Amino acid sequence: MSEYRLEMRNVVKAFPGVLALNQAQLKLRPGTVHALMGENGAGKSTLMKCMFGIYHMDEGEVIYEGNKVEIKGPLDALNRGIAMVHQELQPIPERSIGENIFVGRYPTKKVGPVTLVDHDKMYEDAAKVLKEVHLNYDPKAKLGSLSVSQMQLVEIAKAVSADCRVLILDEPTSSLTAAEVEALFAIIDELRAKGVSIVYISHKMDEILRISDEVTIMRDGQYIGTWEAKELTTDRIITLMVGRELSNLYPKRENVPGEVVFEVKDFTSINPRSFRNVTFDVRKGEILGVAGLVGAQRTELMEGLFGLRAHTKGTITYKGKTLNISQPKNAIDNKIAMLTEDRRATGILGVLSVADNVSIASLNQYLIGNFMLDDAKIEKLVQDNVAKLSIKTPSSKTQIQSLSGGNQQKVLISRWLANDPDVFIMDEPTRGIDVGAKYEIYCIIAEMARQGKSIIMISSEMGELIGMSDRIMVMCDGRVTGFIDGKEANQENIMALATQFEK
Amino acid sequence: MEKKLDIKKFASNNAIIILIALLAIGTGITSKNFFTINNFKNLVLNVSPRFIIACGVSGCLITKGTDLSAGRAVGFGACLAAMMLQAADYAAKMLPWLPEIPWPVALIVTMLIMGAFGAINGVVISVLKVPPFIATLGMQTIIYGLCSLITNNQPMGGFKKTYLSVASGSLGPIPFLMIFALIIGCYFWFLYNKTRHGKYMYAIGGNESAAQVAGVNVKGTLIRIYVLAGMMYGLAGFLVGAKAGGASTATGQGYELEAIAACTIGGVSANGGVGKISGILIGVMVFEILKICLQFLGVDPAYTYIAQGLVIIVAVALDLRKYLAKK
Repeated sequence: MSEYRLEMRNVVKAFPGVLALNQAQLKLRPGTVHALMGENGAGKSTLMKCMFGIYHMDEGEVIYEGNKVEIKGPLDALNRGIAMVHQELQPIPERSIGENIFVGRYPTKKVGPVTLVDHDKMYEDAAKVLKEVHLNYDPKAKLGSLSVSQMQLVEIAKAVSADCRVLILDEPTSSLTAAEVEALFAIIDELRAKGVSIVYISHKMDEILRISDEVTIMRDGQYIGTWEAKELTTDRIITLMVGRELSNLYPKRENVPGEVVFEVKDFTSINPRSFRNVTFDVRKGEILGVAGLVGAQRTELMEGLFGLRAHTKGTITYKGKTLNISQPKNAIDNKIAMLTEDRRATGILGVLSVADNVSIASLNQYLIGNFMLDDAKIEKLVQDNVAKLSIKTPSSKTQIQSLSGGNQQKVLISRWLANDPDVFIMDEPTRGIDVGAKYEIYCIIAEMARQGKSIIMISSEMGELIGMSDRIMVMCDGRVTGFIDGKEANQENIMALATQFEK
Repeated sequence: MEKKLDIKKFASNNAIIILIALLAIGTGITSKNFFTINNFKNLVLNVSPRFIIACGVSGCLITKGTDLSAGRAVGFGACLAAMMLQAADYAAKMLPWLPEIPWPVALIVTMLIMGAFGAINGVVISVLKVPPFIATLGMQTIIYGLCSLITNNQPMGGFKKTYLSVASGSLGPIPFLMIFALIIGCYFWFLYNKTRHGKYMYAIGGNESAAQVAGVNVKGTLIRIYVLAGMMYGLAGFLVGAKAGGASTATGQGYELEAIAACTIGGVSANGGVGKISGILIGVMVFEILKICLQFLGVDPAYTYIAQGLVIIVAVALDLRKYLAKK
């Protein structure tokens, strides 16, 4: 028996135009949690998809329990005891929790010549599996009746039910609350004690340092090295991931908050479980951070202000003028911009060009005779922005989906800057963006504030909130629970307000 | 190495077009009268109205919708035009009380009425959120029923000479039908590439939620697309009637599938957000050439239907494969 449960050696995987993995490797010991780290695009998920058989590697080998194996597909991987919880869930909300756990491998029974799904056994087994991970759900309930984070836990239960010896968790905590993260960690500890090898992908440094035994770092598809987690610090990991020293994570801000311009009073959703009685204001040239746990309804509130969600009462005023906003167009006409949380779902127009993506929200400005578009003017707008925000794109006609996350985000920021907004709402502006590009986005935000725009920035990264905000508004369960001055903010006082649930 | 790859990619992206071009060359070699002026003229006359229908339906496809009512709408348009443009001295005139109407007026009335049906489609799809497939399938049946009602299920003929000459006449060597198609093609090219409406259409097809966030008037744009589509069916019906010299409830049957197939062959993606007018023109021509080839080769019409159906499925499969490969 070798020292390792599973080894991946010299893995090469090319996609059209990109070498996603270049001599990557990973060595998993039994009964350990192995963190896999790297910037977005470093090849972590690709490597895991090779291990799980979703991708076939061009070169390299997998040694599993001492034998060289070829994993033909996800089903083959599962049969060998390798399970994976994907970053993006693939739930079937209209079917029961039990069916979701056993989809694709339903227990069956023979009734004469016919093979049927054995529902009794399925629900019995599902109940057992759920119990194993300490989830108290009815396996017959619809999966859709759970929250997103609960679904994530069911997904983990599903992986555990495959009786795996290797478990891949790809950003499992991105939608979990603090309490659920604890529950997950307890499950991970139990699995580790049972001898399961766990690959843990996450961007959250504190989690990594807490839960993992070993850390492998990747950069640009290449293997950088493997360290014991004990030896590492957050700064050291970032340096290894980025490949250079980042002396300052946040730019120096030179904005000076002026008079109050944007005011929201008693803003309440039509959904009683969403945001209610929200009152706050933003100054000219101020960056207002918005903190809160998942489920604090921060996104919903901002979408309400932008006209994407309905509200029952409350007022929005800008410089004393009341704004009537019932759809995004009203907000845009009143010089409000919004960078949404999920770039792919509600941000980019994937198959369209960079030029179309930049100009789509401001087409009215380039009309000749109220009908025809001035292509030259649009091209100039694009080129100005490409230069100003240093967007890396082969041309203005390139499809936006072929750019990196950071460049896509810059294109979306340009889209809104074209309208010269007074109030810019940014929902997780650096989510899924690698460390280098994050800094550039921070610089852009700081520059906008310096020019006198009012910025409202939702973020789930404490460092980002504290490092970038003049003031932080904290929400909990649909309500604003307090404001903290940026200079006095720290993890503790933010969390105290973020967990101030109503009794 | 790289060049070889490009050829392979080109071949797989244009597989159907290449296959049918080969078929046309093969047919030309084996049949005597294939590469003739007459046959070419025939092709142009067949392509023109179908191109107009395909332009109409393309907006629906680019916004991830579809319009299955297109064929029946063409038939209804043909019947409406026929009722207005029967010769005064024709014995079996459907509406004997109707005064003399010049054909341009009849054309405009037809387009407006069909545009109204398009508006209903657009509202049902964008406001009531009925999936386009279902909404337009329902509309297809409704239009067929209405058409049967107003025509009493009687085929109509005896058209005025001025109406017939719209299809048979020509400006020098260029048939009037082709001029209609050219004007429509230019109009759509301009609309899709140079106007706000066009950009909004591609944006909705690319990502409807993102388009809405960017302030695009999604409902208004969709309704406009379906209204315009309806008007194109009206125009095409008018032309098809003139070309055939008659119209009945059976006119236009199956045209929606031909139009959708032509668009797909021409690169309008079933995934939305992609499609060019030049591609649509190529798609229509390729599909029409396929039909003519099979005719020349003396293939039983039953097999022709089978071939057409296969081409539609293969075209969509190949299109979707492009996106699968990207994953």
